[in-house]
Amino acid sequence: MSFLTNIINGISLGSVYAIIALGYTMVYGIAKMLNFAHGDIIMVGAYAVFLITSALGFNPLVTVLIAMFLCTFLGITIERIAYKPLRNAGSPLAVLITAIGVSYLLQNLALILFGADAKVFKSVISLPPVKLFGGQITITGETLVTIILCIIIMTALTIFVGKTKAGQAMLAVSEDKGAASLMGINVNATIALTFAIGSALAAVAGVLLCSSYPSLTPYTGSMPGIKAFVAAVFGGIGSIPGAFIGGIILGILETLAKAYISTQLSDAIVFAALIIVLLVKPTGILGKKIMEKV
Amino acid sequence: MAKEMLSVNNLSISFGGLRAVDEFNLTINEGELYGLIGPNGAGKTTVFNLLTGVYKPDVGIIKLDGKDITGQPTIAINKEGIARTFQNIRLFSDMSVLDNVKVGLHNRFEYSTLSAVLRLPKYFKVEKEMNEKAMELLKVFDLDKEADLKASQLPYGKQRKLEIARALATDPKLLLLDEPAAGMNPNETKELMETISFIRKNFNLTILLIEHDMKLVSGICERLTVLNFGRVLCEGPTSEVLNNPEVITAYLGE
Amino acid sequence: MKTLINKFNSDKTFKQNTITYAIVIVAYILCQSLILGGVMSNSMKGLLIQFCYYIIMAVSLNLTVGILGELSLGHAGFMCIGAFTGAILYKTLGEVLTFKPLLLLICIVAGALLAGLFGFLIGIPVLRLKGDYLAIVTLAFGEIIKNVCAAVFLGKDSKGFHISLKDQAALNLEDSGEMIIKGPLGITGLSFTVSFTACVILVLITLIIVLNLVNSRTGRAVMAIRDNRIAAEATGINVTKYKMLAFTISAALAGVAGVLYASSLSTLASSSKNFGYNMSIMILVYVVLGGIGNIRGSVIATVILVLLPEKLRFLSNYRMLIYAVVLIAMMLINWSPSARAKRDVLLSKINIFKKKTDEKEVQ
Repeated sequence: MSFLTNIINGISLGSVYAIIALGYTMVYGIAKMLNFAHGDIIMVGAYAVFLITSALGFNPLVTVLIAMFLCTFLGITIERIAYKPLRNAGSPLAVLITAIGVSYLLQNLALILFGADAKVFKSVISLPPVKLFGGQITITGETLVTIILCIIIMTALTIFVGKTKAGQAMLAVSEDKGAASLMGINVNATIALTFAIGSALAAVAGVLLCSSYPSLTPYTGSMPGIKAFVAAVFGGIGSIPGAFIGGIILGILETLAKAYISTQLSDAIVFAALIIVLLVKPTGILGKKIMEKV
Repeated sequence: MAKEMLSVNNLSISFGGLRAVDEFNLTINEGELYGLIGPNGAGKTTVFNLLTGVYKPDVGIIKLDGKDITGQPTIAINKEGIARTFQNIRLFSDMSVLDNVKVGLHNRFEYSTLSAVLRLPKYFKVEKEMNEKAMELLKVFDLDKEADLKASQLPYGKQRKLEIARALATDPKLLLLDEPAAGMNPNETKELMETISFIRKNFNLTILLIEHDMKLVSGICERLTVLNFGRVLCEGPTSEVLNNPEVITAYLGE
Repeated sequence: MKTLINKFNSDKTFKQNTITYAIVIVAYILCQSLILGGVMSNSMKGLLIQFCYYIIMAVSLNLTVGILGELSLGHAGFMCIGAFTGAILYKTLGEVLTFKPLLLLICIVAGALLAGLFGFLIGIPVLRLKGDYLAIVTLAFGEIIKNVCAAVFLGKDSKGFHISLKDQAALNLEDSGEMIIKGPLGITGLSFTVSFTACVILVLITLIIVLNLVNSRTGRAVMAIRDNRIAAEATGINVTKYKMLAFTISAALAGVAGVLYASSLSTLASSSKNFGYNMSIMILVYVVLGGIGNIRGSVIATVILVLLPEKLRFLSNYRMLIYAVVLIAMMLINWSPSARAKRDVLLSKINIFKKKTDEKEVQ
């Protein structure tokens, strides 16, 4: 039974990774950059919820909405100030280093504002735990909400990208910016929208992450951010179902490794799995094969 | 009877369901200047990619100077004696003009990495030889004054010439030129024609070129093959082929 | 002497390389005289060896990023291997070999060889990938190395070495046995003595290796692959061989930096701080700000960027914030096309004077 519990916990952690990865994969698809600051948006979202709940005591749902709004604003601002001027810089490294700078900036801003000590994050989810098999397995409210939310978000995003005009514009811009703008698509607005969605999702992920793992520091978002990117690559970058599958697999893998092999080595095992997947399928599980034209 | 430099037999390749090159045959004699022409999308560059090992053919045999080179990797084919240029120029753009040619000399002038790091006498000796050889080649293309410039700083026409110089540096038997006159003005094209004739004579080359500029084709090519939809439409001496009604239809449409 | 001066004036790369070496040597002499004069602060003295291993890291990473043109985010992993190899050898050979300079030399050579070996083995799968995929996989390898080094237990007794990834008890050491690596606690009781002079010599050797490599047949092949892989292949360059060569040498040099790093510590433990991806990224920042492919730039940028946070220490928590802002601002100014255009206009105004001097040189 403990195995099943571990699997459920793994799916829950994986759902958090998946939500971050969904945002990450969209941002990557459109900006073609490793956005190292993406993980730190998670941290900002979590701090926002932490502060609003402890200071103002708003209803959790309202709090989360405010955090999402804040992160959306932050994401768009970062894109506009730090990334947009470098879009045609000639080297992809320029914007990568800038993203690292933004990451340092957010972490150290949080360090100054909130200190280095870990804050105990009070879960925003007040759902009672569900007991299965006569109480042998307990699924916490957090787990349940995380998994359900992840599925809802994935479905909504799939519909958004596939069926709406803005979603189609995103696909077009990620395919070819120049051609998209010739077709009358507002490339800047589309990219900003993508960052907005990605950042809002990061806020949600931050809240869910800290509800399940309640210790919050300025560096909370950094590793989940990297792992979410790994999840996105795992599933095939640019692919929405790929990010979902990648996230879930990663979460299960990490939880099982922690439970049965070694806490110390769980990250190593996750990364080793990524390497193996990329060697077998260089563009991820659901990635498209790209051929270089000669 | 002249010696066959290149003989291609029944060469085919498909991408997905599309037969990009279909039962392609070609024979080029030593020292010949041969043209491969055809409308856009006919599969000319694909033939070059097959000849140089960028793609592996589904069926067919490619023989260079009597030796079967079918399915060999690009590097091996280059060492056997095929060098090429590219339709969309592919220079080593952040390297100097001289270094571009020296990369071409890579397999002809050797010293170990260790003697480079330790700057052994061998390094200085071979580097000197390489510099001389490279400058000699650059002079042929009138690029010797730009030797220290970055390749990307050269004007377009000179970049095309540098690509040919680099290909020549590998000491090929057969040189493949993919649209060498693309983007050149009539004067540059004329000059290029002279250079091509010059290097063929002085470097003992056989040349196969793809070209859309009919002035160049009729001016220097001895024989032609016309490709249409991946298949050979006709082949023969230049003047005959260019007057073939089928070829004219293929180019101009019905 | 005269021939050297002639060569200096006629051979552009010789001139550039000589300037690079001269900068390092002059800086070294300056530091030594400050130390002898008793004017150098203790905190500054503590930084000297840091400069050296960070420079070696940056220069070697520039070989991968700037010369080979592949983005590696796992460079700290190779440093980790070098550091642990050096420290283990120091612990095990320290009693037998009392002549310390020789011991240090053995540690450095072994650190370089093992890091190079790992670079080779990791390069086989990694170099088949491209761009960001390659970046994330190097990051993954770096994290694996860091985590494994933090989880490994190594002990020695009369029966030889014992190794485990679980805990100390699993080693089944004899009572007389000695622990070498204590898992997350790492290797304790290190007491290397490495002089600043030795470190500077290693920096110079690194520079000589990298610069001589770049300006050679091998370096040209590597750069040709960077600029255009398909054309390089068509020109007869063995792409796999030269990619592997550059990556392996880069890793081996990072191993040397690792040994120097270990030599400055009494306890070596692998953590996210020293060998995690954050370290790899920090080195990458040095490389990019110094100029991708510009070896001298890496040296100068490293010194400035190691010094900057130290000099800003009085600002306490604000210093990393300022560092971040400076980093973003520098990237925007250096790289954004619109800022570049403005800068070029400014420079062209200043250049009126410069052009005149250039003309004089021609005459």
